[in-house]
Amino acid sequence: MLHSPIDRIAGATPPAIAARVKGLSDRAIAWLFVAPSIVLLLAINIFPLIWTIRLSFTNFRVNRPNEPIRFVGLRNYINILTDGDVWRSMQATAHFLIWTIILQVLIGFFLAYLINKKFRGNDLWTTIIVLPMMLSPAVVGNFWTFLYQPQIGLFNYVIAFLTGNDPSSFSMIASTTLAPWAIVIVDTWMWTPFVMLICLAGLRSIPSSIYEAAECDRASKWRQFWTITIPMVLPFLMLAVLFRGIENFKMFDLVVQLTGGGPGSITELTSINLKRAAFEQWRTGYASAYAVILFVTVFGLASIYVKALNRVKQR
Amino acid sequence: MRSLLLSPAVAAGIYLAVSAATASHAQAADLTLCWAAWDPANALVELSKDFEKKSGNKMHYEFVPWPNFADRMLNELNSSGKLCDLMIGDSQWIGGAAENGQYVKLNDFFDKEGIKMDDFIPATVVGYAEWPKNTPNYWALPAFADVVGWTYRADWFSRPELQAEFKKKYGRDLAVPKTWDELTDIAAFFQGREIDGKKVYGAAIYTERGSEGITMGAMNALYSYGFQYQNPNKPYDLEGFVNSAEAVAGLEKYKKLYECCTPPGHSDAYMTEDVDAYKSGQVALQMNFTFTWPGINADANVGGKKTGYFPNPAGPKGAQFAQLGGQGISVVANSDKKTEALDYIKWFAQPEIQRKWWAFGGYSALKAVVDDPGFASSQPYAKPFLNSMAIVEDFWAEPSYASLLQASQKRFHDYVVANQGTAKDALDGLVKDWKGVFQDDGKY
Repeated sequence: MLHSPIDRIAGATPPAIAARVKGLSDRAIAWLFVAPSIVLLLAINIFPLIWTIRLSFTNFRVNRPNEPIRFVGLRNYINILTDGDVWRSMQATAHFLIWTIILQVLIGFFLAYLINKKFRGNDLWTTIIVLPMMLSPAVVGNFWTFLYQPQIGLFNYVIAFLTGNDPSSFSMIASTTLAPWAIVIVDTWMWTPFVMLICLAGLRSIPSSIYEAAECDRASKWRQFWTITIPMVLPFLMLAVLFRGIENFKMFDLVVQLTGGGPGSITELTSINLKRAAFEQWRTGYASAYAVILFVTVFGLASIYVKALNRVKQR
Repeated sequence: MRSLLLSPAVAAGIYLAVSAATASHAQAADLTLCWAAWDPANALVELSKDFEKKSGNKMHYEFVPWPNFADRMLNELNSSGKLCDLMIGDSQWIGGAAENGQYVKLNDFFDKEGIKMDDFIPATVVGYAEWPKNTPNYWALPAFADVVGWTYRADWFSRPELQAEFKKKYGRDLAVPKTWDELTDIAAFFQGREIDGKKVYGAAIYTERGSEGITMGAMNALYSYGFQYQNPNKPYDLEGFVNSAEAVAGLEKYKKLYECCTPPGHSDAYMTEDVDAYKSGQVALQMNFTFTWPGINADANVGGKKTGYFPNPAGPKGAQFAQLGGQGISVVANSDKKTEALDYIKWFAQPEIQRKWWAFGGYSALKAVVDDPGFASSQPYAKPFLNSMAIVEDFWAEPSYASLLQASQKRFHDYVVANQGTAKDALDGLVKDWKGVFQDDGKY
């Protein structure tokens, strides 16, 4: 009777290998193979996490090695949760998160639906559409900074052409009202293809026999869409939302490159705010508490979401 | 394969090769100098070839672009890294680096080698070398003197039709501005004007949010209008000095200049963006550190007689100050090659090397160089540079300077660029932020 995962791995080890290594049991060999992964996991994930939690209760500043480290209890957590700037950055993150997810899901699904139709050259179109997500976010940020440039930027010229305004009369990334939308547009441009690919996988996983049966029942295309396509693609869509949600919650590079968190602090997402505390102000204890709060938030929301996702899959 | 791994001859060979490589590495005394990636750093590479030739030491360089310079290098110092033997760190780092034992104190070395701080421009000694300020405790040798100043399109200023139009409108000649009001008038005059078939703008100023840009820019107006960091008679007493009526007027002036007279989209601009705007012929005036002047002078589009240079103008009551830039060169306390690093500083401090440094495009802080009768006429920007160095003020150099700087970056950008609140709100908020930092530091 094999109980633990190690026992199961040991049981699966081919006898020929175990026999060749003298003095080691199957179980020891299994540990030997698994141990490096466990050590690596402990070293780069678990230990830093525990260390961060420990630091979050101290006044530690990495740039003050000579100062004694004092335990400050919950002071860092209280300071963060009562800081208006932190809440403003949470608000900016929520705006970015909600709008990018809405737009990426809608556009991604629409593109997947189109690409799923068999037409000449759809492989070529798929390749063209997925190109943006293959680029580095820093490159994309830099590239769009030029596109948004009021004097030479193509984006401004297109908008100006459509509206009849002077292209230099507005700046997407210099305006407090437009800048949040500027980063939503770029993230949507870059990551909609990712959602499209997931939706495409969902659409292609639906057996054609279900549609054929619906045709036999004389179900309209609209009804087929709502009662077959949407429910069967929904778990895939929810998965895409989960991935994009987690990714965008910790979005950093693209926004730093585009706006640097400005103008003012309008697009300062929590990740940028945290970075400033940790590596510009060197408030290490405070930043650790901030990181713990963000970790708990993402972990909590993702756990609730995964439960919902599982329920949808089981339906 | 098995026999190769076990061969004693091969193992011995590898051991000897590794030992030889290690030994040669130790003897070569490779020194790594860390600085920002900019034109003066390239000049220093050229200059240092002389040191390599004379000392036999090999120089290596770690140059990081300005926006990431502080992040990268302070990480290196804080983590007790061994990458840098010599650091040309920013002036604000002195306090932290001294108190945390990251730089070697140089007093004994200076005494032994006969290097006197009296031989350097006083402002650079206070700004780049001393901690605590105004005490004879030296942590660096003034290496690169720099200050914020202005360039202007002399060729545009000299056009008769523009001269006439300006005189008609403002009742005075279109000339180098003496005050911030005059500067704003000139910038407004050029804003949106068409020159040689191209739309041009008034002034390229500092507005960058991420590192230190808008603080280094706005402080020029604030100083000249009457801002003071603290009560001169009571350290860390900020109320009524940082947020005085004069300081509020200075910040309002800077915002006005941003709103009326900068090129479109100039909302996150620092040194590079200002140089780009100026060299591409977009603006009539440019605020920038004087290190950019040699490059502008040599530029095919705007160089030579097309450009003039002037120090930061005065405020309404005649006070005239400019933001200090520049850096000192320090020996990193964690370096294993302190002796060789000190040799480099000794070599660098020599008057003839400092003269070469100026000739290569580096701004020397040595009086023997800048007080030389031929210095002022050696370059068109030499005299404006000297005049600018005579009016410098510097940001806090406290160990907590980073928190102090982040606060001013946020408050200034929120008000000037993002148009949130009033100048009084911004400066009151700054007092609150700075007091909080000093409270944490136990200054009250």
